[in-house]
Amino acid sequence: MSLLEVAVRSASVLAAFLVLPLLVGQTEHKVMAHMQGRLGPMYAGGFHGWAQLVADGVKFVQKEDITPRAADRWVFRLAPAVALIPYLVALATIPVHPGVAAIDVPGSLVLALAATSVGALGTLMAGWASANKYALLGGLRAAAQLVSYELPIVLAAASIALAGGSLSVATLTDRWSPWWMVWQLPGAIVFIVAACAELQRPPFDMPVADAELVMGAWTEYTGLRFAFFLLAEYAGIVVMSLLVAVLWLGGWHGPFEDTLGWLWTLLKGFAVAVVIIWVRVAWPRLREDQLQRLAWVWLVPLALGQLLLTGAGVVMGW
Amino acid sequence: MSPLPGILKGLATTARTAMRPTHTAEYPDVAPDLPPRSRGVIALLEENCTSCMLCARECPDWCIYIDSHKETVPATTEGGRDRQRNVLDRFAIDFSLCMYCGICIEVCPFDALFWSPQFEYSEVDIRDLIHEKDRLGQWMATVPPPPALDERAAEPGEIAAATKPARGAGLVGGAGTAPGAGATGPGARMPRTVRPRPAGTGTRPPTPREPLTGTPESVPDDTPPAAGPPADGETR
Ligand code: SF4
Ligand code: SF4
Repeated sequence: MSLLEVAVRSASVLAAFLVLPLLVGQTEHKVMAHMQGRLGPMYAGGFHGWAQLVADGVKFVQKEDITPRAADRWVFRLAPAVALIPYLVALATIPVHPGVAAIDVPGSLVLALAATSVGALGTLMAGWASANKYALLGGLRAAAQLVSYELPIVLAAASIALAGGSLSVATLTDRWSPWWMVWQLPGAIVFIVAACAELQRPPFDMPVADAELVMGAWTEYTGLRFAFFLLAEYAGIVVMSLLVAVLWLGGWHGPFEDTLGWLWTLLKGFAVAVVIIWVRVAWPRLREDQLQRLAWVWLVPLALGQLLLTGAGVVMGW
Repeated sequence: MSPLPGILKGLATTARTAMRPTHTAEYPDVAPDLPPRSRGVIALLEENCTSCMLCARECPDWCIYIDSHKETVPATTEGGRDRQRNVLDRFAIDFSLCMYCGICIEVCPFDALFWSPQFEYSEVDIRDLIHEKDRLGQWMATVPPPPALDERAAEPGEIAAATKPARGAGLVGGAGTAPGAGATGPGARMPRTVRPRPAGTGTRPPTPREPLTGTPESVPDDTPPAAGPPADGETR
């Protein structure tokens, strides 16, 4: 791989990383507003407030970068990067078109899942380093949530890997058939629910819970570092939605997949992102014990059952 | 899973709301459609104000400031009496204190204060929220006409007063004639100020001086004539 190719691949991933989360964020503004009988942003940029998030970014850049005196300086400053970069890596592993992925490694599924779980570590670091009781509680809740929901995610993904007989996302998508949408459906549901929880999105936003913890682990952050945490959340939605799209919904499979494959992948991912936003609007926040209960009593057994079903299916040669 | 129906219902409700048109009125671009009785700002009709100070005294926030002085109006006719009237020097409402309770408007006996639905009078400096009487007077142009009366409502007091016959007209018509003729005439009814006197209780309503005249009609049949003077003594 030449240096130029590396540069082009990196630049395109970075561009996607900067554009797609903003797109999802704007969609969230708009979809949430209309689900609540409002219009959402209407002024920034002129047409239906399309530039609202750009304006927000400009606002965040202008703010003062404050580090609390009691904070653990290096950890505090590093935490936003630790939260953000893993999603960049995970995004790079996702194939959008037949044979088109920024990083094409044999175990890309494992790489993507490993990277996304590092993201939550950033929240933990932020919570610990802030020297603030709200931030600490938020961080601890995030850790508990991460431990509970990582397992269903891995089990659901393992079921797909078993069905496709590979650990490479591109190969799995290549072997995808519409039949998977039926018999892998429980796994897909488990994955989406657990992904929402891992991203600390409502109704699983117990670590942030602004009514009781101010802003959880992000309480002490201002300006650009706070914006990075927000960007990480939306980048996480993008990564998880695209993973669902390529693993369960067939990625580029669709009419004219040789030319329009990338469009199909993005559209399917976008549809999943809209569902994640929809869930956020419709349901209230779960209590901490309900959250743990959902993971251990429902999601883990469901994912294990799915794994069993897939194993049986593969052995019987369905 | 018992919460499942609720979860699905939540999704359905939000989806349905998203499909419906929104309720948002984009305010600076679209003027809000306010009901005529909205409490936006208080307007002053200076001609009606008599500086009676009732509004200032009733205002819970003490945010109405009134200064006035008395002027003597010379008599208009020869040998007449000079009259005095109040002249309003200052009338101000501090809208940074006002809590829009409307008590001042309710209490004004001369219809000098009115609600106007105008609400766009925010200021950069809080002191500019004190509206002096010329500014309060300018709001009068924005006061909406009172809402139409309900169908079959009682007619307004002013109209009833203007159309009803002049006071005492019935009394004049029936005074010299026999009581029977007065009662049968269409316009001549008994004046309300004269109460019909029940028979048999004639001793109480008349003034104390009546028994002194010794008119036999005022003494009930069952009472001896000698009872008159003692009764007179009791009332004194
Ligand atoms: S409406 Fe305002 S000015 Fe009038 S009585 Fe109430 S507080 Fe005072
Ligand atoms: S109550 Fe009415 S008439 Fe009296 S001072 Fe106030 S506004 Fe004037």
